[in-house]
Amino acid sequence: MITFDQIKKAVVVSVWFMFLTFPIMVIRVNPVEHIVEWRWKNMLLIGVGSFLLSFVWHYFIRRKELGTRKAEAGEEGEAIPLAQRILKNKAIYRPTLVALGIFALIFPFIFSLYQTNILISALIYIMLGLGLNIVVGLAGLLDLGYVAFYAVGAYAYALLNYHFGLSFWMILPIGACLGAIFGILLGFPVLRLRGDYLAIVTLGFGEIIRIILENWNEFSFGPSGIANIPRPSLFGIDLSVHDATIYIYYIMIGLCLLTIFVVNRLQDSRIGRAWIALREDEIACQAMGIDKAKTKLTAFALGATWAGMSGVVFAAKTTFVNPASFTIWESIIILCIVVLGGMGSIIGVIAGALVLILMPEYLRAFSEFRMLAFGVLLVVMMVFRPGGLIPNVRRTYKFEGVANAEES
Amino acid sequence: MEQVLKVQDLSMNFGGLRALDAVDLDVGKNEIVALIGPNGAGKTTFFNCITGIYPPTEGDILISVRGKEKPKRINGLKPNKVTEKGLARTFQNIRLFPNMTVLENVMIGRHCRMRAGVLGAVLRGGSTMKEEKAAVTESYAILEKIGLDPFVNEFAKNLPYGAQRRLEIARAMATEPFLLLLDEPAAGMNPNETQELDELIKRIRDEEGISILLIEHDMKLVMSLSDRIFVVDYGRKIAQGTPEEIRNNPAVIKAYLGEETDA
Amino acid sequence: MDYFLELFLGGLTRGSIYALIALGYTMVYGIIELINFAHGEIYMIGAFTALIVISVLTLMGMNTVAMLVIAGVIAVIYSAAYGYTVEKIAYKPLRNAPRLSALISAIGMSLFLQNYVLLAQTSDFLPFPNLIPDFEFMEPYAHIIGSTEIVILITTAIVMILLTILIKFTNIGKAMRAASQDKTMSMLVGINVNRVISVTFVVGSATAAIGGVLIASHIGMINFYIGFIAGIKAFVAAVLGGIGSIPGAVLGSFVLGWTESFATGYVSSDYEDVFAFLFLVLILIFRPAGILGRSEKHKV
Repeated sequence: MITFDQIKKAVVVSVWFMFLTFPIMVIRVNPVEHIVEWRWKNMLLIGVGSFLLSFVWHYFIRRKELGTRKAEAGEEGEAIPLAQRILKNKAIYRPTLVALGIFALIFPFIFSLYQTNILISALIYIMLGLGLNIVVGLAGLLDLGYVAFYAVGAYAYALLNYHFGLSFWMILPIGACLGAIFGILLGFPVLRLRGDYLAIVTLGFGEIIRIILENWNEFSFGPSGIANIPRPSLFGIDLSVHDATIYIYYIMIGLCLLTIFVVNRLQDSRIGRAWIALREDEIACQAMGIDKAKTKLTAFALGATWAGMSGVVFAAKTTFVNPASFTIWESIIILCIVVLGGMGSIIGVIAGALVLILMPEYLRAFSEFRMLAFGVLLVVMMVFRPGGLIPNVRRTYKFEGVANAEES
Repeated sequence: MEQVLKVQDLSMNFGGLRALDAVDLDVGKNEIVALIGPNGAGKTTFFNCITGIYPPTEGDILISVRGKEKPKRINGLKPNKVTEKGLARTFQNIRLFPNMTVLENVMIGRHCRMRAGVLGAVLRGGSTMKEEKAAVTESYAILEKIGLDPFVNEFAKNLPYGAQRRLEIARAMATEPFLLLLDEPAAGMNPNETQELDELIKRIRDEEGISILLIEHDMKLVMSLSDRIFVVDYGRKIAQGTPEEIRNNPAVIKAYLGEETDA
Repeated sequence: MDYFLELFLGGLTRGSIYALIALGYTMVYGIIELINFAHGEIYMIGAFTALIVISVLTLMGMNTVAMLVIAGVIAVIYSAAYGYTVEKIAYKPLRNAPRLSALISAIGMSLFLQNYVLLAQTSDFLPFPNLIPDFEFMEPYAHIIGSTEIVILITTAIVMILLTILIKFTNIGKAMRAASQDKTMSMLVGINVNRVISVTFVVGSATAAIGGVLIASHIGMINFYIGFIAGIKAFVAAVLGGIGSIPGAVLGSFVLGWTESFATGYVSSDYEDVFAFLFLVLILIFRPAGILGRSEKHKV
């Protein structure tokens, strides 16, 4: 039942976008060779595309407004999303988990090395996402410089190995500690800052670190980076590239499980609740006896720890680090993972990482549209589904006479 | 009478504006004291100074937990420290944690009386788990006392208005205060709810032994509840005394010209 | 002495460009308390649009200054249109959402616009012709300041004057000032706040576009990424001067411009960008309200 009004609106939208994108989409200039290319096909594409999208967009906006109005009127909230229903149903949940576990374990032996490498990347991003989730998802601190801690870990391995010959396993915990230390260092100056300012300052910190890495040649070897970083050895035995990759894969599975375990426990604890209170209302949170500064610093430190560890593994995997891997866009990709997956939700972040990292790999043909798609994704998610793919669910308790806490 | 709170000569300047001018106030053990005055008189500013949101320009804020100890000065302490010392407050505009459940909101109140840190959270040793369990139990008990236990797993944002106000009180009580500061707890309530609030506050004072300092505009409630009343206008204390004395005080009546003063 | 003068004027020029962009940031922040991450991209789109128009007109054989003016006007129109559209799609639906959501949406828009231009055009640096003629009377001062810089300074001054007239003496300007102080109250007295917000975005985008065209002429090169760095710096300038304050944005821009000019002139040019970021970090820590900013006390 598409009304005439809607069609009129869609036409207006279509004409507007055709006008708006005319110079950039239709005309392509090459001032060097003084060529001007006219791509009228694009205009048609824009015209038709925006016409159709207008319907889709307005439909979803109306649905969102309806939902908001219902919530304000106090009607019963949204139906429980599909993902949560699967999670709650133990009969489906357990076997799925076991199946996934087995699949993950035998993956390197079924699929090629190339595929395994991709999955290692995905696992690294899962760890990064879970770490950032502590800072952004739980504590509500928009850290756009998260990649700095990632860089710290990676360069720690590269430099400590280069200068002192320390091995991967020795540096892994060092990377974690360095991450935490830098997390606190970066957290101190931003303690009093509000949301947007915090975002910009952390972005600034991230960039400052990258610029320093790029220019302080004596320390970091500048833009050319550090190469020949050794892969982790198994009890002192050097492995072939093939075996080392599989080894790294299992290391990452282990680290991810550790991360999931720790973050899960943190979420449901005194400190976890303090983080969420901080996110919800800083002033009320302080009034209830929570030390704002300590809580924020703890969030930064813990979040950064995982980034530090991921950095060490990243360096081991690629055997080469340079500043170009640690731009603000990396921070944004990690942010995308958290936002897309569901802020504060562990499963959500895992899903987000898998989608955002694996999909581009399998949609290689569209790789140039990757960042474009990320941009669209961020806007669309925020407007229509700020809770993410698999939004977080607060823990509920059962009471029968005497309080008896039970997971549900 | 043993005093739990003694405020002397409290002044607060915001740039050129003198929001509070040498205000004296005290609350005795197990007393319910009301702070009233026309809008803009500086009442919430007073609360904010006491609870550490900003330090006062001049004056002293002294507390004595059971009225027996030597009074301690708490000027300039951070809000969370003030709460740790035993003063808890509610807010004029409700400041709950909307996306946390009712139980969790109250459990936040327990935070400053718990000790588990990061290590405890991750390892979940015996003492941590005991502490968590106790927090759940105690929070639920408070909810039962306030009558909010049916809502225990509900999101705070979904609660009806009156319940939200009571939840704020429950949350404040979870911090084990000796003095409860209520900022316009009856705002927006209908007569029934106000009557229930009246009984609730009296119960808190009688059964929990918590002293109460409240800001309120509902004169019927104020007259019914208070042991003593302090009146401020334009940042200055203009009167103090029992409800009877205040009711007939000409300065007070003048300040409230146009407002309902009969009980 | 000449070197000093050169750096001084260079800083003034830089500051002017930053000012043209910073105005957009500060006006938008003043009214909806959002850092418009995508604003730098509007500036970039202004430069690109001008380049496209110039290229087309060159083929038609036009006179140079006229080309620049026409390209400038069209760039301004288009940037304003982009600014308007971005607000309607990415920010309006989030007016009542938590600040974090709007901020993330802004980041998404920035990402989108950068890649949009990248894909639709090219990732290469494109040469931008300098169509500003060399003034003869500038000849003796050529080593201190060039014609382009003079044009930039004069244009910026004109834009500032026009903007001040708009804000202080027109009805819409009054509405903008009202809405930036109290949106709800403005609505209650009959101001169409949605329209005011759109106008704010349009005006801010227009000034940014002018900046884009001028800087493109000055530097001679553009690519899809120039918006990002310029945007961050202009944002720093706006915050330095006091976000939400228009004179503050201008003041902050000149301070930043001079600092960068003198620092890179006397110290080192490698770490040029670091100055802006360091500035930012330091101001936000020690004086978040900025030089001319109003200290916001939130009612508890």
